[in-house]
Amino acid sequence: MTENAETGSTTGSLPVFPLDRRKCPLSVPQEYEAMRADEPVAEVVNRMTGKQAWALTRYADVRQVLGDPSMSSNARNPGYPHQFQVPEEMLPYIAFPFAAMDPPEHTVRRRMVIPEFTAKRIADLKPRTQAIVDARIDAMLAKGGPVDLVAELAVPVPSLQFCELLGADTEHISYFRNYAETTTGRDSSMEAVAGAIAEMDEFLDELITEKTRNPGEDLLSRIAAKLPEEPTLGHDDLVAIARLLVIAGSDTTANVISLGTAVFLEHPEQLDEVRRDPSLLPGAIEELLRFLSILDSATVRVATKDIELSGGETVREGEGVLALNGAANWDPARYPDPHRFDIHRDAEGHMAFSYGNHMCPGANLARMQLEVVFGTLFTRIPGLRLAAPADELPYMFDAHAYGLHELPVTW
Amino acid sequence: MRISVDREACVGSGNCVFFAQGVFDQHPDGRVLLLVGEPDEGLRAATLTAAANCPVQAISVNDA
Repeated sequence: MTENAETGSTTGSLPVFPLDRRKCPLSVPQEYEAMRADEPVAEVVNRMTGKQAWALTRYADVRQVLGDPSMSSNARNPGYPHQFQVPEEMLPYIAFPFAAMDPPEHTVRRRMVIPEFTAKRIADLKPRTQAIVDARIDAMLAKGGPVDLVAELAVPVPSLQFCELLGADTEHISYFRNYAETTTGRDSSMEAVAGAIAEMDEFLDELITEKTRNPGEDLLSRIAAKLPEEPTLGHDDLVAIARLLVIAGSDTTANVISLGTAVFLEHPEQLDEVRRDPSLLPGAIEELLRFLSILDSATVRVATKDIELSGGETVREGEGVLALNGAANWDPARYPDPHRFDIHRDAEGHMAFSYGNHMCPGANLARMQLEVVFGTLFTRIPGLRLAAPADELPYMFDAHAYGLHELPVTW
Repeated sequence: MRISVDREACVGSGNCVFFAQGVFDQHPDGRVLLLVGEPDEGLRAATLTAAANCPVQAISVNDA
């Protein structure tokens, strides 16, 4: 890993990744700007694994890497830049999600779930999203401020919708709530998080068994019904697919709801514009997704052949790459004045949902939920304001997906 | 302009429908369904945006 002349430094002095957002919480890590200027293909070391990889901060390079089928997502490849400590001897035995697989294994699993997220299905879900959001806001208003918007709105809305979507009884909402709250919770120990994951796995395992026996009109029943047509997949593969959907579909949207509320409240003039003209909301949400890039360091790959990047740098076969989508989304060559939250900007092309064959299949579900949440929240509670200074909020600086543990608001 | 789509390459991201509803939809299997093979001038910009934002370049534009 010595292709770049700049990277002749020893491991001890390499930048440690992932970087955090402590210096400026409503920004991607501020170091990216200097890295993009000085060393856009930088050798870095992971804080937890101690393994080295290339960190990319230019839009063109991130787009190229995520769109290149020769850049592998296979977490079992020895060069894969894991973001968590995974003992190498365990790699063959871990049930990785299809986000960490390549075609054809990735393709067969992804095709099981994409029928669930079509434009038509999402349009059909919208009235239910509205009803869930209305009920949560009714509860907030009945309670009176100040309240924690994470607990009252951001976590319940996507978890309840996901619970219903999967076909779990709403009496089982506590599994989803507990899972989301534990994995997003500031005071959650490693044991508590592992316990919540194990509990969710067991619940999904039983639920899929039940849906196979007595199918209903829901996502898990439909994918369970397709299982006999897929000779390469078994029950445990369905559990892994369901687990990925739960992880990808609840915390992420919850975090964009809470952080997004803070960003809108910090830009009151733009918020007023959106309130007066709701046709501005979809564009404002795209800008919010670009601006927050909550899964900035989740888009990683390993090269299966040598590739050349936009500045002539080479990544060699077997080397790991952090295709930092947040750094790309803040590249001034693509988005002028990227630090400015601007609802009138054309944020088209942002990679907050990644890019390439792993682009989030639930992107349009998330967009719809965010539109309903923000379109309703700021209209029904026009006097909503932060009950604590924005730079002192409990941000998830150490989390894989960036977010807020709590968001005190009042009106 | 003439549009064609590659359903084998399609990963069902829904980006094309997001950017150019009316030109593209999704088949019940989640993959792309081309509604209009030769979009008129009014749909031109949206169609080009959709093609440029397909995450796997499954949309081809013949703009002769």
